[in-house]
Amino acid sequence: MAESILEVRDVTLELGGKRILDGLSLDVWEGHVHAIVGPNGAGKSTLASTVMGLGGYREHTGSILFRGEDITELSVDERARKGITLAWQEPARFEGLAMERFILSGAPDRDPKRAASALETVGLDPDRYMGRAVDQTLSGGERKRVELASILAMEPDLVIMDEPDSGIDVEALERIFEAMRSLREKGSTVLLITHSMTVLEQADHAFLICCGRILDKGSVEKISEFFGEKCIPCDHQNVPDEEVDFDE
Amino acid sequence: MSSSQELVEMMYASLGESCITSPDVAHVEIHGNEVLGMHLVPGLEVEAEELEDGISATVRVREGVQIEKPVNMCFGLIPESGVQRIRMGVELEDGARAAVVSSCTFPNAVEVLHEMEAEIRLGRSAEYIYLERHVHSDQGGVKVVPRTKVLLGEDAYFRSDFEMLRGRVGVLDIEYAAECAARSVLEMNARVSGRGDDRIDIHEKAILAGERARGVLTTNIAVRDRARADIRNTLRAEAPYARGHVDCKEIIRDQGQARAVPIVEVVDPRAHVTHEAAIGSVDSKQLETLMAHGLDEDAATDMIIEGLLSPQY
Repeated sequence: MAESILEVRDVTLELGGKRILDGLSLDVWEGHVHAIVGPNGAGKSTLASTVMGLGGYREHTGSILFRGEDITELSVDERARKGITLAWQEPARFEGLAMERFILSGAPDRDPKRAASALETVGLDPDRYMGRAVDQTLSGGERKRVELASILAMEPDLVIMDEPDSGIDVEALERIFEAMRSLREKGSTVLLITHSMTVLEQADHAFLICCGRILDKGSVEKISEFFGEKCIPCDHQNVPDEEVDFDE
Repeated sequence: MSSSQELVEMMYASLGESCITSPDVAHVEIHGNEVLGMHLVPGLEVEAEELEDGISATVRVREGVQIEKPVNMCFGLIPESGVQRIRMGVELEDGARAAVVSSCTFPNAVEVLHEMEAEIRLGRSAEYIYLERHVHSDQGGVKVVPRTKVLLGEDAYFRSDFEMLRGRVGVLDIEYAAECAARSVLEMNARVSGRGDDRIDIHEKAILAGERARGVLTTNIAVRDRARADIRNTLRAEAPYARGHVDCKEIIRDQGQARAVPIVEVVDPRAHVTHEAAIGSVDSKQLETLMAHGLDEDAATDMIIEGLLSPQY
C-alpha cells in the first residue's frame, strides 16, 4: 500500500458567498499519477489553488496535510519549499525575465545544462529559446511548456498540473505527457486537474469531483466511464449545490 | 592627482571592465573636462575641445560609412565632488550606421553634477543605436541632467536605452525630444530603479512629423524606500499613417511614489497612437508563480523587477 503524500481533510471553501469546495477530502499516494476529473465549475482549479495556498483560497475550514504535516497555515513559498508546486492553467508572463533565470528559479542548482535539458524534455529547442524572455512573445502553448520545464528543473515531490492540455496542440500535448512521465520517473507525484478524457487516461487513479465534492474515486477506467456517460451530458454544472440530487 | 592612464583604469574598473585594447574598437575616455584617451576607426570622426568644466565634442560618420563595432565612450568623475558638462553634436550622414555605448561612471560621488546637452542628426536611411549606462555611488550624490534633441531623416532609425547598472540614482532629470521624418523609426527606452530618496524625472517628447513615421516611448521604473518617479512622455502624430505607442510601467514598494502622464496627440485622421500606463505593486499572479517555485515574496518581487528593468536589446 502506497503512502499518502497529500491528504485533504474535509475542506470547505466559499468564494463570493458561494460554496465552491464542500467538505472535500482525498488522499494522493506518493509516486503515483492521480487525476481529478470533473466538469467546468466543479471546483477543480479551486482545489488546486487551495492546496497550493494561493491568495484568496486560504480562508477555508478543514486541513491540508503534506507528508503527514499540517500545512494549512503555510504560505505559497513555504509549501513550495516543502516540495509542492503548481503548473498553472494559464501561466503568467514576465516582461524581460530571462528564460534560464525563470526555469532555474526553483531548481536545486543554477546549472544551465539543467535548464537546457528541461526545455528539451518539453520539446523546445534550447538554442532557440534560451535567449528569450518569458514574456508575451511566447505563444500560449510555448508558455505552458516553459512552465513545465521550470517544474522539471525543480524536481518537486508533488506537482499539481491544472488543465495541462488547455491551449496545447496535439503534438505538443505528447511532449507534455512525456514531461509528466519524466517527472514520475524522477520520483515526483503528479496530481492532474482536468476535464479531458485524453489527460485522464494518463493517470493511475482518478477522483470524480462535482459541486465541490468528491463523488467517486478508483480506477481510471471506472471514473472515465462514469464521467463520459453521466457527467459530460449532465446539466448540474454550476448550479447551487442544494439543488443537486447526487443520487440521480 | 592620478595620471591619465590611472584615471582611465579606475573608470573602467568601476564599470567592472578592463581598458579597451582591441584595435578595431573605437573608444573615447573623458574624465571631468579632460580627454584622457581616444582611439578612432576608419570612417569615424571625433573632435573634442576641453572646456572649463567639461568638454564640447562632435562625432561624425560620413555618408554610407558603417561602423562595424559599437563605439565606447566613457564619461565620469572619480573624485567625490565636481561638475562635468558635456556638449555633444552627433551627425550620421545619409546611409551611415553606428552604435555607441556610453558609460557614465561616478563611483565615489557625494556631490557631482553631470550635464549632457546633445543634438543628434540622422541623415536619410542612417541608423544610430545609443546605449547610456550609469554607475553611481551608493550615497545618491549624483545629479544627472541630460538634454537631447534627435532629428531623424527619412527612413532613418534611432534607438536609445538608458540604464542604471549600480549604485543610487540620486537625481535624474531627463529631457529627450525627437522629430521623425517620413518612414523613420524611433525607439526610446528608459529603465531605472530608484531607492532611498532618489528623484527620477523623465520627460520624453517625440513628433511623428513624416508620413508612416513610427515611434515607441517605453519607460520601466521601480521605486522603493522614499524614492519618487515622475514620467511625462508625449507622442504627437502629425502625418498620414504615422504610428506610435507610449508605454510606462512603474512598480512601487515601501513609501515610493510614482506618477505617469502619457500624452498622445494625433492631428491627422489617418495616424494612430496608443498609450498604456500601469503603476502599482507587482502583479499577484507573477508573484505567486515564482513563490510556487519556492522564492519568498521579496526574492520573487526582486526577480520580477529585475526582468522589468533588464536590457532588451
